[in-house]
Amino acid sequence: MSGEHASSVVSAQVRHVEALLEERGLLDPGEVDARIDEFLAGGTPANGARIVARAWTDAGFADRLLADANAAIRELGLSMSGGLQEQRLKVVANTAEEHNVVVCTLCSCYPIALLGPSPGWYKSEAYRSRVVRDPRGVLREFGVELPGSTSVAVWDASAESRYLVLPRRPEGTEGLDEPALAGLVTRKGLIGTALV
Amino acid sequence: MPEWRPGDRVRTRAVDPAGHTRLPRYARGAVGVLVEPAGRHPLADERSRGHDPEPHTVWHVRFRAADLFGAGDHTVTVELWEDYLEEAPA
Repeated sequence: MSGEHASSVVSAQVRHVEALLEERGLLDPGEVDARIDEFLAGGTPANGARIVARAWTDAGFADRLLADANAAIRELGLSMSGGLQEQRLKVVANTAEEHNVVVCTLCSCYPIALLGPSPGWYKSEAYRSRVVRDPRGVLREFGVELPGSTSVAVWDASAESRYLVLPRRPEGTEGLDEPALAGLVTRKGLIGTALV
Repeated sequence: MPEWRPGDRVRTRAVDPAGHTRLPRYARGAVGVLVEPAGRHPLADERSRGHDPEPHTVWHVRFRAADLFGAGDHTVTVELWEDYLEEAPA
């Protein structure tokens, strides 16, 4: 497992390589920052919340989302193609029988184009190493107590897909419209460390 | 490479490669079930060595926690290139 990403040695090496590339005319000054800004532009958990609210109110959309998430989110004007290439999105739905939770044990893969930068705990070695072994224990620490009858499915983003959890629609929200429903959805809910 | 189908039982390779790999250590030499394909991509192990390999199929492979860690009632679904997989012993 890799350690902390923000080590000063690595940062210094990256700055050095960047300077060399600029010196040799292979990179415009500030180009890396511009590309990163481009990649992050528009990435916020509000996008994930919109997707969830639509899925809660439109069963056809929910089916399309689970079958081919990349195609379905385009219906909302969203896409996973903010980076160098479009990333595959896999949406997993929570039910009474099964709760899903996402991790990247090898590094910190996350649907940045959709949710923005990942929370610090998602990148921590503690979360990455513990949630695959003891998800119920880790979820309990997040305040999520699942009944024994609900099985837990951990998804490890070890290759090229990115994941989004579709939480269960809370009871008593029948009267709410889509924007109000989206307001209920949290970033943790989209990763699976909260119920909504 | 065998023609895998969802539901097939597979075993992951138990090798410990010298360089980069996307087969997590905890999932090596373990028996799991193919859930569904996760697209086709060049093998990250080869790319990290400066090669430009053809895309291969990647699978969501589901393991029982008890088979990986000797304990736990959950499942772990790992995304694995077909290169990491072999037929599970009968």
